[in-house]
Amino acid sequence: MSFNHRRHLSRLLAGGILCAGLAAGAGQALAQGKGLDEPFRQPYLKALEGKTVAYVPLAMNVDLMQGWYAGLKKELEPLGVKFVLRDANWSTNAGAQAVTTLLSEKPDVIVVQNPDVQTYAKLLQRAEASGIHVVQINMRSSYNSSAYVGADWIEMGEKQAAAVINACKGKSNKIAIMQGQLSAAASAYTLTGVENVLAKHPEIKVVSSQAADWDATKAKGIAQTVLKQHPDLCGIIGFWDGMDVGTAAAIQEAGLTGKVFLATSGGGEQTRSCDLVKSGAFDVDFSYDVPSQAGSMVTMIKWLLQSGVKPGTAKGSIYTTLIPITKENASLPGTCWSLGKS
Amino acid sequence: MSSARLSQQTIVFGIFIVLFLVFSLLLPGFFSASNIVALLQNVAILGILGLGMAIVVIGRGIDISMIAALAVPPGLVLQMVNDGYPVSVSVAAALALVIVFGLVNGWLIAYAEVPSLFTTLASGLFLAGLGQVAFFKLDLVPWPPQLDAIAGFGRGSIVGIPMPVVMFGLTILVCAFLLRYTRFGTYLYATGDNPLGARTIGIPTRPLILRQYVFAALIAAFAGMVMAASIGTMQTRIYNSTMIYDVILVVVLGGIGLSGGRGGVLNAVTGTLLIGTLLNGMTILDMSYSAQNLIKGVILLIAILIDSVLNPRNEETAQQGDI
Repeated sequence: MSFNHRRHLSRLLAGGILCAGLAAGAGQALAQGKGLDEPFRQPYLKALEGKTVAYVPLAMNVDLMQGWYAGLKKELEPLGVKFVLRDANWSTNAGAQAVTTLLSEKPDVIVVQNPDVQTYAKLLQRAEASGIHVVQINMRSSYNSSAYVGADWIEMGEKQAAAVINACKGKSNKIAIMQGQLSAAASAYTLTGVENVLAKHPEIKVVSSQAADWDATKAKGIAQTVLKQHPDLCGIIGFWDGMDVGTAAAIQEAGLTGKVFLATSGGGEQTRSCDLVKSGAFDVDFSYDVPSQAGSMVTMIKWLLQSGVKPGTAKGSIYTTLIPITKENASLPGTCWSLGKS
Repeated sequence: MSSARLSQQTIVFGIFIVLFLVFSLLLPGFFSASNIVALLQNVAILGILGLGMAIVVIGRGIDISMIAALAVPPGLVLQMVNDGYPVSVSVAAALALVIVFGLVNGWLIAYAEVPSLFTTLASGLFLAGLGQVAFFKLDLVPWPPQLDAIAGFGRGSIVGIPMPVVMFGLTILVCAFLLRYTRFGTYLYATGDNPLGARTIGIPTRPLILRQYVFAALIAAFAGMVMAASIGTMQTRIYNSTMIYDVILVVVLGGIGLSGGRGGVLNAVTGTLLIGTLLNGMTILDMSYSAQNLIKGVILLIAILIDSVLNPRNEETAQQGDI
């Protein structure tokens, strides 16, 4: 520690001398109409040049994961950052194996999306202990690493529940919940948010709360059965728009579009969010705007690589501001983003 | 042997009736016309796949690659049309892919004599991988409006019966006709019962096996188109799911012995109905997904156990690699 302090002090001193020198030189340079050399640029470029970022998404063939990756690459690659992609392809095992291999490959940063709160927790802890910064996206594990960038799922659940309950006013007060995968952070925390709101609304009756496993086909099957049992259902809280296309198809098939309020959430991609809200499939889609999440990740990575902090010592969460996409704003430019244009 | 076969189907049908009655009495809303329709609709795709699998299993094979054949070729049609290709070209490309896929499966099994379990396990992975690498950008391929003209076979209903159920009925008829009234069907039973014996009496067993896998792949792709039309999108990620076990469950539960040569369309339908009743009842009971899987797993185990007692392996004709 004391060594660090001394080094820090000497850096400060050096900086001070440099500043004084610059101030003196600046007058000269300005007088001659020449540009100034910005002294902080080189350390910035040097801190990022040649660094490696490993990206371990749940699967690569989904709008969210593509959007994040594209955003990261667009900002960091021009600075000489190298990317390593390890696609878990929906397999928790493959993902855990990928992270384990990365431990020995030692990239500078691992950007990871957790399939559930437990599986990667120990591995991520080991990664930070061995000097790799870990940035978790959207679905965090029980281990809190340098940075989490993603939706606040509790808030998400609360907002979705509030929207559905609001739509249920004066109706049957029967709602259904279409969960994702029980052990995934995005599903479990959202459910907590929903429960928080439901606790304040004893009049609301949850007639079905099942996990469709992020799978549109399963969601459709469950929604079909639930709607046949309760045709007077007033709302469904769905946990992901990629899965709730199935829920929406069931509502449409039952001829209940507009009668059953469907709230869902997603990354705000044009064809999955805005287009489906416009068509009436979803009544509200809470977007965690993937491009701005990618932007936050880039910021965190840039800062972590320059700061010199030991991985795992500084921790922070960047919760994304949720954008409710409804018929009102679905047609406005900028509400959604498109793959390939991000 | 025939009395034993009869008894398994009777047992399963009996279980189905009992389960149906119990649910009807205990679950409010189960025994209503609309719920029965929903029940059938939920298992229509599974039923179509089960029929394709039944044909392969009767011929003493198994086709694990059916889910890949369900996902990739229909996904390809949707993707190509989305990318601006004409509908006819897209459908032709997908059809060619299915037929080539079935032929490769069949050739490996019939001529290279690789056991069907391993062949289709590998080829299914290959096709799924090919789809992911070469065809699809995203796992969800939306149904393009240009295809709405042919969406009729998965969407809407005829006299209150949803189209997927109608398609299931149609597949039942086609398969029943194939198995009962064609030479293909007769040869299939003979080959499944005793492949060497069938060859000895002059049945062209190898081309037969070839056709069997092409047929299974075609049925799977058909089921995929019905599914895509019905949901309005093709979820290509479905090949990662455990759906193939449900298909095997339908077949084995219905009483089509995995050792081949036995069973028929009725067995697959009985199996489908039982699974449909179970799934529907468990959903109404609001059972968790994991609990549902647990119950399905236990039932599959029991069914395989009953199958191996009632249809013991024939030591004279059993081969290495048979299941």
